[in-house]
Amino acid sequence: MATKSISRRNILKSLTMGAVASSVLRVIPLEAAEYAHHMVAAEKAASPAGSYTPKFFPARQYKTLQTLCQTIIPADADAGGAMEAGAPEFIDLLTSENPKYQLKLGGGLMWLDAECIDRYGKTYLDCTPEQQKEIVDLIAYSKNAEKDPGLSPGVEFFALLRELTADGFFTSQIGIKYLGYVGNTYLLSFNGCPPVPEA
Amino acid sequence: MPQVVRSPKVYDVCIVGSGAAGGTAAKVLAEGGLSVVMLEAGPALNPEKDFKEHVWPYQVPHRGAGIGGKLKHEVGDEFMAPNGAWEIDGEPYTSAPGSRFRWFRSRIVGGRTNHWGRIALRFAPVDFRSRSTDGMGDDWPITYEEIAPYYDKVESYIGVFGTKENISSAPDGVFLPPPAPRCTETIVKKACDKLNIVCIPSRMAMLTKPLNGRAACHYCGQCGRGCLTASNFSSSQVMIPPAQATGRFTLITGAMAREIVVGKDGKAEAVAYIDKATRSEQRVHARAFMVAASACESARLLLNSRSTLFPDGLANSSGVVGRYLTDSVGSDASGYFPQLEKMPPHNHDGTGGMHLYMPWWKFDRKNDFLRGYHIEFGGGRSMPGVGEFDGICERYEGYGASLKQRCRTMYGTHIGFAGRGEMIPNEKSYCDLDPDTVDQWGIPVLRFHWHWSDNEIKMAKDMQETFRSIVETAGGTFLSKAKPDGSRPYGIADGGVIIHELGTARMGSNPKTSVLNKYCQAHDVKNVFVTDAAAFVTNPDKNPTLTIMALSWRASEYLLDQAKQGSL
Repeated sequence: MATKSISRRNILKSLTMGAVASSVLRVIPLEAAEYAHHMVAAEKAASPAGSYTPKFFPARQYKTLQTLCQTIIPADADAGGAMEAGAPEFIDLLTSENPKYQLKLGGGLMWLDAECIDRYGKTYLDCTPEQQKEIVDLIAYSKNAEKDPGLSPGVEFFALLRELTADGFFTSQIGIKYLGYVGNTYLLSFNGCPPVPEA
Repeated sequence: MPQVVRSPKVYDVCIVGSGAAGGTAAKVLAEGGLSVVMLEAGPALNPEKDFKEHVWPYQVPHRGAGIGGKLKHEVGDEFMAPNGAWEIDGEPYTSAPGSRFRWFRSRIVGGRTNHWGRIALRFAPVDFRSRSTDGMGDDWPITYEEIAPYYDKVESYIGVFGTKENISSAPDGVFLPPPAPRCTETIVKKACDKLNIVCIPSRMAMLTKPLNGRAACHYCGQCGRGCLTASNFSSSQVMIPPAQATGRFTLITGAMAREIVVGKDGKAEAVAYIDKATRSEQRVHARAFMVAASACESARLLLNSRSTLFPDGLANSSGVVGRYLTDSVGSDASGYFPQLEKMPPHNHDGTGGMHLYMPWWKFDRKNDFLRGYHIEFGGGRSMPGVGEFDGICERYEGYGASLKQRCRTMYGTHIGFAGRGEMIPNEKSYCDLDPDTVDQWGIPVLRFHWHWSDNEIKMAKDMQETFRSIVETAGGTFLSKAKPDGSRPYGIADGGVIIHELGTARMGSNPKTSVLNKYCQAHDVKNVFVTDAAAFVTNPDKNPTLTIMALSWRASEYLLDQAKQGSL
């Protein structure tokens, strides 16, 4: 891990430059990016305004939720993932207010751990990355539940979580930037469409 | 007994409702010199506080989805201007067994004009003469020529963009210049040209140039959120302020009209209303009454105004109040257009609505059904919101980098199509009072009866076929959940869902078969007018709001003339 002498400002500056010229982003040393990520996360945890205490999910379930969200929309060279976008907070907030989500997501997380214990002898968080991938690959596609109805609760849970994670990510600042949306501004005139490529 | 407070003041006119019809009447009557009082069941509108124009989804904790995500698949998300809802706490309505009807109601100054689609279409000459044309339904007691000057007045005042096209099914109006088409619209128009489907600039109530003290549109695409510069039309920002400026206009908010009270002479003398804040009954007195509470709410008020003189409800000697209820025939589909994936990033927002549309174009041939429909469409790279990628999540499933990238690649590549067609009134579609249910104010509620006839189903079928041909001609993939059978054949929306419900107190020359004369004046009670879409005889394939305003303007001028002659 990089030393503390790398200032937050420098790290963020290099990240910002990376966003402008994407070639720069790809050469940021992984450890620097990771350091920045930890630093931002630590800052968020330290500041009362930035920290988030889950309203519905118990701490360990929330951690599973966060992990799954990040699996659904991971960080990549172009943008952060669902966690950086605040998707788990968004999902927890909505779930705390919606009994249907409480049943589907709360129950779904319980189902996932039980299924992992059956298959691997441990909860999802304690599974190896390979085991986690194996179970997620099973519940990420409805055709698997057609073959094995026992997977239905997992598939239904994952479908809702996927939808809400996409909502949380693509309505965030980084998600909107990732999509390349241009607008929500004041224009004196509207130019219409640039030349359309052929189908 | 609740204490009944009698107001000593007698206004010239009392208007019930502040939407398109009420707002228009308020402006014309107050500017014409009459003293006007308006009852609105909801609160006042405060644009500075109530409008969420330019707010990003990440600036609010629920990202627009509302508490518990309850607004996720609703008409309006939490950014929308205060407008209305399918369900209002404490104010139910019911549906008769076997009927499916949804009623979108508004309780706010400006009513549903605060976030209507702002599609401002004139009815065509033939629309006023449907029985003479095809033998179904009834003719209006007025002609296009009689209403045309009022379309002119409304358009000149509120501002409507469009182009002169000389199409008989879609008369031209007084138009501001249209905005340039978006990419989605360019693609669809090209396909329509190949198919000989008429696709022209839409006619919408947004200002592409400054007009009557209002600034021109700044193209943020957010009309539905309410416009801080009032560059789009709403009654609350465009009709009510000039009425207020006269000093002759009184607005009473939180006032739920319960009954129009009739004097011994058979003329209306007051409106009894519930002051919601104190839950007390109040009365406001006037010499004339403009009922403009929205078609079904107006019918409800008339039906609830029962007296010894009018045992079946006010102005209902014909028994027609609540009858002839129609909504637009609606069916939707969408398409995926791969060429949109290749568009360079650009500002796609435009006005808060479509820039092109397809008016009814098959009026010159024989079709499988009577009457016609127009097509609205939209899509592309608008501001992302909750639910944006539901379809992609559902269709492709999976997770991870591929899901994330797919969402980006396919963002804004879908175009939705909506047909809006004419329903012919039928015996089985109407509203009446539910004998068993009252709302929290003690007022009997409406019960809806609904039936789509074969003509509407055939029309929905034609819509789906047309959508498919447009999408495929444009090189897209057609996507539709519509099925030929089941409870919603060809995707036909349930009654009321298009929010063009109307016809519940229709005008006509015969007092035995109609409620109002051609000036929206009740046959039975000369000082009562119904100036909203209850007065409509038919529900042509044009959205009703422009015609509501034209009729209300006309009725108001008629009332002003009456007042000048001293017969108020």
